[in-house]
Amino acid sequence: MSYTYESYDVVVVGAGHAGCEAALACARLSLNTLIVTISTDSIALMPCNPNIGGTSKGHLVREIDALGGEMGKNIDKTFIQSKMLNGSKGPAVHSLRAQADKEDYSRSMRKILENTPNLTLKQAEVVEILTENNKVSGIKTFSGGIYPCKAVILCTGTYLKARCVYGEVSNYTGPNGLQSANHLTESLKALGIEMYRFKTGTPARIDKRSIDFSKMEEQFGDEEIVPFSFTTNPEEIRKEQVSCWLTYTNEKTHEIIRNNIHRSPLYSGNIKGTGPRYCPSIEDKVVKFADKDRHQVFIEPEGNYTNEMYVGGMSSSLPEDVQYEMYRSVSGLENVKIVRNAYAIEYDCINPMQLKPTLEFMKIEGLFSGGQFNGSSGYEEAAAQGLIAGINVSMKLLGKEQIVLDRSEAYIGVLIDDLVTKETHEPYRMMTSRAEYRLILRQDNADIRLTKIGYKVGLIDEERYQKVVQKETSINKEIERLNNTPIGANKEVQDLLMKHESTLLKTGTTLAELIRRPELSYEILAPIDKSRPELPKDVIEQVNINIKYDGYIQRQLRQVEQYKKLENKKIPEDLDYYEVPSLRIEAKQKLDKIKPISVGQASRISGVSPADISVLLVYLEHLRRSKV
Amino acid sequence: MKTDTIAAIATAVSNGGISIIRISGDEAFSIIDKIYKSKKGKKLSDCSSHTVHYGYIADGDTVIDEVMVLLMRSPHTYTKEDVVEIDCHGGIVVTKKILETVLKYGARLADPGEFTKRAFLNGRIDLSQAEAVSDIINAKSEYALKNSLNQLRGNVLDKIKDIRQSIIDDIAFIEAALDDPEHITLDDFSNELAKHIEVNVIELDKLLKSSDNGRLLKEGIKTVILGKPNAGKSSLLNVLVGTDRAIVTDIAGTTRDTLEETIQIGGICLNVIDTAGIRNTEDIVEKIGVEKAMKSAEDADLIIYVMDASTNLDGNDHLIIDFIKNRKAIILLNKTDLNMVIDPKEMETLTGKDIIQISAKENMGIDKLEKWITDMYFQGKIDLNNEIYITNIRHKEAIMESKNSLLMVNQSIEDGMPEDFFSIDMMNAYKVLGEILGEAVDEDLVNTIFCKFCMGK
Repeated sequence: MSYTYESYDVVVVGAGHAGCEAALACARLSLNTLIVTISTDSIALMPCNPNIGGTSKGHLVREIDALGGEMGKNIDKTFIQSKMLNGSKGPAVHSLRAQADKEDYSRSMRKILENTPNLTLKQAEVVEILTENNKVSGIKTFSGGIYPCKAVILCTGTYLKARCVYGEVSNYTGPNGLQSANHLTESLKALGIEMYRFKTGTPARIDKRSIDFSKMEEQFGDEEIVPFSFTTNPEEIRKEQVSCWLTYTNEKTHEIIRNNIHRSPLYSGNIKGTGPRYCPSIEDKVVKFADKDRHQVFIEPEGNYTNEMYVGGMSSSLPEDVQYEMYRSVSGLENVKIVRNAYAIEYDCINPMQLKPTLEFMKIEGLFSGGQFNGSSGYEEAAAQGLIAGINVSMKLLGKEQIVLDRSEAYIGVLIDDLVTKETHEPYRMMTSRAEYRLILRQDNADIRLTKIGYKVGLIDEERYQKVVQKETSINKEIERLNNTPIGANKEVQDLLMKHESTLLKTGTTLAELIRRPELSYEILAPIDKSRPELPKDVIEQVNINIKYDGYIQRQLRQVEQYKKLENKKIPEDLDYYEVPSLRIEAKQKLDKIKPISVGQASRISGVSPADISVLLVYLEHLRRSKV
Repeated sequence: MKTDTIAAIATAVSNGGISIIRISGDEAFSIIDKIYKSKKGKKLSDCSSHTVHYGYIADGDTVIDEVMVLLMRSPHTYTKEDVVEIDCHGGIVVTKKILETVLKYGARLADPGEFTKRAFLNGRIDLSQAEAVSDIINAKSEYALKNSLNQLRGNVLDKIKDIRQSIIDDIAFIEAALDDPEHITLDDFSNELAKHIEVNVIELDKLLKSSDNGRLLKEGIKTVILGKPNAGKSSLLNVLVGTDRAIVTDIAGTTRDTLEETIQIGGICLNVIDTAGIRNTEDIVEKIGVEKAMKSAEDADLIIYVMDASTNLDGNDHLIIDFIKNRKAIILLNKTDLNMVIDPKEMETLTGKDIIQISAKENMGIDKLEKWITDMYFQGKIDLNNEIYITNIRHKEAIMESKNSLLMVNQSIEDGMPEDFFSIDMMNAYKVLGEILGEAVDEDLVNTIFCKFCMGK
């Protein structure tokens, strides 16, 4: 039996990190939105590591915030420790990471969802996507409820046909023993969607009272807390921070693992999904890096209201008895009690090359998707895609231009471009090395890069936008002043240089030139900068970075200019590549499958050569002239 | 669209006649101003369009050649851009040198078919020819790519691969540490990196020097010696080279790999490849040798088929005769000092190829072979590969750029920049060397990181 209920503009399937951002974006942009989840108790659940951010992921959160997303604000409210990673490196790789109180994070996001106008929350399992003429017309739930809608955003995470495995034990459940979604895959396959099967894993959670912390190194948070959201006042989120703890595996641990490796489902062949190389299980580490005599283990709190601790670095799918033996061989964990076992999880996801860079399926109009369902991994990657999918559904239904961030604008652009252009065979994780223009894609300037886009789509209000415009103006003004402020070789200047072990001046120079010296900075030069205006801290930071790394930044900007030329050469959506003369067969097939939106995107497809690109350019010119 | 200024040799590269170097783009005139000298010291950018000027091309104070320069201003040119053509005296060395000078002063070596592409994109070529344009680009690119690898000497290839590997290993280390700072530390890595860079810069310098000596590439007519085992192929090579380079024994199948020598005959450069004997064999090592022989003969400019005149034809001979049918080849009847059982006339009718009787052992008939080769060359019946010289310049440009990028990393280290800045220039050094090998960067870095470093939670 089925029943038709009220219709919506958009239905979001799943309320994880992607689903939450997607639904919030749609509802905030005034679409009548339904978000469906298998359990309303697991909204914005963090089933793996208890933190948000980290290298390159911190960048994503900042960008989500600048575009008007929720993740940054939510972690600012619920963090229990905060740290800026890579602080001693260049500003491009500074990365913010915060330990979250998982329950708090989830509860706080739920509160936001429940109190957002236009947003309806429902607990149900979506089993079918309804279409008419390859266009979305609604969804159907397990209980037979049909909700007509104009668009659907799939954010099913790791729940599709999920199977959790450790040792000889396996359960058809989602993470944390939650119910899996076992029917939707068939509906998607029937729509002609190509599915992959990926796997990932998580370590055990252990009882804090059974840990001997005296054998571990305490890991503190930073004294000065930098918030994720550009709207959060750092003064308002100061708090007592909770520590993490560092310990190590040892030869004994490795021996236990080696002796039992045949009982690991990964090695026995019981798991067939493709796992990520960047967070290998401890058994993978021991086998692949046999020369290492120890591996780091981070013991991280799951929250303030629980004694459960996360054993970072030791995800595993070994049997329960081996897990006990293995964890108990680690220094400080001799008497450890396991609350939840480590496990590997297999799930269905899609080959993301079926998506346009807007995150809409090429084949089915109105069907969008985001998150782990798209073959990515990580809360932040998921949220970023969810937000973009939400924005683009809204733009589509509102009849406005959809957004595609390019690789020179945002990590989000790199993430989505990689997903839809390059073949992935494992869950995709963001890395700073994937961003070729990372010097200009810093976490500190995400607001300047992206707030205007958030404003344009309607997720950023006028006040916040004006603030950023103003900030940008003061930065440029101050940089210009420093470039044009001469500094003579007088005693005061030389004394200051001497104090900081900097080469003394022989002739006059400018303040900007002095800032460029590695041993000096904007702040250090304050005493000799007589006409310095009073400026906010974030402006000073930008001024300092922009002047100090000017040479590198300019070079990168020139590369971007080259890159943009091909990126701006758009390819008509209906181009028939089989009609392009002289294009090699391999190139035709690849281009036809991926349907790049620009010549630039086409050039990044593996198997498409520079000569193919030239041929394509000639053909596009041919088309253009034929039309005139 | 790329709108930078490009240059290339517009004529066939040979040791005679006139060569033309063509420059096209906004900077064509400013570049020629920097390298053109005349007695009166005139400035070509001041001269009117479609005029010809006599003078010299010089790099600083070093005069390279006496030339005629044609000036053609946009839009009445082949590409509709500013075009300058330099007519020089020809000769491989001078032509190359002029092109290199043009590149040094700001032009970029044109991609295969790029002049035609520009002509089309700028509306110079009729729409109906779009397909032809695409074909040209495609054919030339494929040819260039094939050549790029084929022309590199094995040891040069290995060297470039080694340098490239060393670069990506260092980048992977830096990036792994940036990605996972709690597991991997970069303390003191700068010093180590500086040492690696120093070594790599020295190696790249060596490659650059060897490219000037013409040793980077296997220049010359690619000549492959084919024949059955023990027909005397290695003996022939030895006679031609004048040393006991190949092992010569009476045991059939001694040369199991291919041997290469560059020799000069009458001023023509030949790159001679001796191969394993062709016969059906079960011996695995020998089998590989035979496969290699046929493979290297596939794109040879000239095949020398050596036959033992003292033994009868068998299936293996027919295999080879079939193979050379539509290829440029000559047949040498060797061991004519022994009892001949093969009739030269019959052979000629059977194969349709020229036949020369020799005895490699007695050094007889070799002069006839040399004369045949020089005749054929000067009649234009065998060609050396034009693309070689272009490939050479392309490689040189890439090596130079790679070196410059590494030097920039050095500068960054000296300036005390944070480590993440290093990988930007190192990646470029890696990328341009990859262009020589025809390899794109794609997922190399990420793969190396995961392969070498234990990452993650």
